[in-house]
Amino acid sequence: MLGFIIQRFMQAVLVMVVMSVIVFCGVYAIGNPIDIVIPPEATQEIREEAIRRLGLDRPLYEQYFIFISNLLQGDLGRSFVYNIPVLELIGGRLPATLELVLISVISATFLGVSLGIYAGYRPDGWLAKMIMAVSVLGFSVPSFWVGLILILVFAVNFGWLPAGGRGETVEIWGVAWSFPTLNGLWHIVLPAINLALFKLALMIRLARAGTREIMLTDTIKFARAAGLSEGTILRRHLLKLISIPIITVFGLELGSTLAFAVVTETIFSWPGVGKLIIDSIGVLDRPVMVAYLILVAFLFVTINFVIDLVFALIDPRVRHGVSA
Amino acid sequence: MIEPVLSVKNLTTHFFTRAGIVKAVDGVSFDLAKGEIMGLVGESGSGKTVTGFSLLGLVDAPGRIVEGSVKLNGTELTTLSDTELRSRRGREISMIFQDPISTLNPMLTIGQQMKLAIDAHEPLSARAAETRASELLTQVGIPSAKARLRAYPHEFSGGMRQRVAIAIALLHRPALIVADEPTTALDVSIQAQILFQMRDLAHETGTAMIWISHDLAVVSSLASKLAVMYAGRIVEQGKTATLLRDPRHPYTAGLIASLPATAKPGTPLTQIPGTTPSLLSLPPGCPFAQRCDRATDRCETEPEMTLRDSRGWRCFHPVGQPAEASV
Amino acid sequence: MSDARTPLSRFWAEFKENKIALVALVVVVVMILLALFASIISPQNPYDLAKLSLMDSRRPPGFVGSGGYTHLMGTDPQGRDLLSAIFYGLRISIQIGLAAGFVSLTIGTALGITAAYVGGRVEALIMRLVDLQLSFPAILLALVIVALLGQGKAQLISALVAAQYAYFARTAYGAAKAERGKDYIEAALATPLSGSLVVIRHILPNCMPPLIVVATVQIANSISLEATLSFLGLGLPVTEPSLGMLISNGFPYMMSGRYWISVYPGVALIILIVAINVVGDQVRDQFNPRLRK
Repeated sequence: MLGFIIQRFMQAVLVMVVMSVIVFCGVYAIGNPIDIVIPPEATQEIREEAIRRLGLDRPLYEQYFIFISNLLQGDLGRSFVYNIPVLELIGGRLPATLELVLISVISATFLGVSLGIYAGYRPDGWLAKMIMAVSVLGFSVPSFWVGLILILVFAVNFGWLPAGGRGETVEIWGVAWSFPTLNGLWHIVLPAINLALFKLALMIRLARAGTREIMLTDTIKFARAAGLSEGTILRRHLLKLISIPIITVFGLELGSTLAFAVVTETIFSWPGVGKLIIDSIGVLDRPVMVAYLILVAFLFVTINFVIDLVFALIDPRVRHGVSA
Repeated sequence: MIEPVLSVKNLTTHFFTRAGIVKAVDGVSFDLAKGEIMGLVGESGSGKTVTGFSLLGLVDAPGRIVEGSVKLNGTELTTLSDTELRSRRGREISMIFQDPISTLNPMLTIGQQMKLAIDAHEPLSARAAETRASELLTQVGIPSAKARLRAYPHEFSGGMRQRVAIAIALLHRPALIVADEPTTALDVSIQAQILFQMRDLAHETGTAMIWISHDLAVVSSLASKLAVMYAGRIVEQGKTATLLRDPRHPYTAGLIASLPATAKPGTPLTQIPGTTPSLLSLPPGCPFAQRCDRATDRCETEPEMTLRDSRGWRCFHPVGQPAEASV
Repeated sequence: MSDARTPLSRFWAEFKENKIALVALVVVVVMILLALFASIISPQNPYDLAKLSLMDSRRPPGFVGSGGYTHLMGTDPQGRDLLSAIFYGLRISIQIGLAAGFVSLTIGTALGITAAYVGGRVEALIMRLVDLQLSFPAILLALVIVALLGQGKAQLISALVAAQYAYFARTAYGAAKAERGKDYIEAALATPLSGSLVVIRHILPNCMPPLIVVATVQIANSISLEATLSFLGLGLPVTEPSLGMLISNGFPYMMSGRYWISVYPGVALIILIVAINVVGDQVRDQFNPRLRK
């Protein structure tokens, strides 16, 4: 088991290194590297001076090392627009995104898996068919449209929920969170629903497909032949067997949800990292863009690593290094 | 006459598919006495597995039992409610399947799975369940049973896994076990072991067994009586020794002749020409007629089961009797 | 009774049985026709800036504009007739969706089949790359590429392709690998026939069914993604409004009750995407052997 953890960890580090090289090359090779540091409006003199000062006339691999060493020290440059260190900027906005994403993802998974299992267990019932039809919508409709409709219906039409922005915040461990307050929760509802919808639809479909397949296997037949009740079979056999594909997709979708937060945050004016990146692309605030990419890569690698660990915990075959 | 443990009369199970009605089991009847081992033999598609499922009420949609009666210890099973049927499964009648890899849940320990089977009918404390489970594991020939309870299925070999399945089937001392090709997926050397172990267990515990197989050779060493199935019907049944020595139905004769053991050394193995007909579109009359070299026009009507001296066959021109003279 | 019909007619016969899928297919065809003939059926050419009048902007449906005709769906902030803009927008969405889908299909299939056919290091390298890409959310990738390359049709299509070729690659790889292992391929390769001929005549046709399924899904995804990017302001230039841009233009006006500017283009977009998805679902179900009972 320890060997497994170490192996996965090394892989994660390797991927991070590769990602950093890719980001570095992408930004430095495609764009004009000087644009990372100097705003486009600077004069020729300032540019040349900066090039010399920052060593941008040095060979590429040297620049990479400078880049990396700065990174590891937490120096990701300064934002052109806000003129504060990027790390600080992103750090300030991250909690908002995190709380939105986590609330969405967790509720989507619980609700989605439950509905999906039901739809898979009784696939011919009218409720199951309705669930599937709705899931097609959640799946195919672009999330920005859903957000629009949500605002139109709940905020403009009925006036029940706020149309955007983050609510009151409370400081926990030195960071501002909004979910502990009622006002904050009120503001989270619509964006969370918007963000969760896609994932909900995905989980429903996945759980349904998995349930249908698993219920036809010999394992379930054997359990039935032994006289186990349907309830026991669902709880002790199905849930365990379905957890593998669910968790795999959960991990993949966590990253995807982080990405989709970009759209939701824009529509609901949610002050998170997503909105930041859109604004930054608009004004070409390159240090922020670079930092965002590195951050996302890091989050991805971490999520994948954690998922691998979870697998080892729940599937004994993975623990013992046996092929499934 | 002692009441038979199992009494099946005219069991008919059909599958209602998009493409038509598949008559998987079409009027199967047989009796089984206490402690008796019967072999149910046939090619794939003959309906033997579906017969097994029908006995336990485990036929998946779009199939269902349309006609017939299955009496276990005098109780009619086909009319029971789900709950009543479930209370008998695993307790009075059990089943083991072909592939032990897929019958056990890879994510639960053997002990956990056995406890689930125990609790389904007779909830015991954890300790009592452990004792009972290890007793049974030992009985089926798994060493260090108590420790093995904490192991996962993938830590066992195929033969051991099947023994675990057998142990689970025996947990509540059922009157009947239906074994669906339990040794087909195992190594030849293990097959013999399991075979004889099951026979001994059946004798020890007085459990009746139906051994479903496509392999006549395997079954004949174990079963005291045989039923040969073809295209959803039993075409011949009787005591094993009699059947093997003196088969009546041409199909049975063909099966016996194609066994490597009965072939004369140096001669090519005999085969039954042709293939099984599709159960969707069975020709009228005897389903074996197309492949039979004894078939005549008479065979276009469906032959009834001829019963004589506790054996039966469905044929107008049985082997061992001159052609044209039957009934 | 054996089935003497061709596979295609059998496929169509089964497809027709699902009424919902049939309706969806009709909807898709109608939308394609609308898009193709957009220039003919639109009362106004929304790209012709000279014809637009700000006097007509933000008018509700039914308004008779300065051009002398009724704006059946109202007008947008630039004074464009919304109905015309929707037709043209549909055209752009479908164009881009098909283009991105087709290019992704070609590139992805080529990569996948090559990886399965050549094997060894090449296979490992290609599939690693594909796997990495698959775990990366499409929208992020598209965002980054658009950010780096700027705006425009070609850039947008490149971004979409980069985000989606991986799905095709993985599907083609799986199917090709399954075929590659089969004996008849080994036999064919032993003949003097060139390897590429074997690929084209044997491996490729067997990859088609799953690829078609992936293609329908991905085309819908491309359309959705393009709309999202346009909505965020990162899609096509303002002068060529796609449905996404129309929606985003109307967003600020939703609060003040002028919902039609966003809602109508949105509805058109949704109908298109959902219809394609329903058709795709049916195609997928029909190709899946395991669900055929």
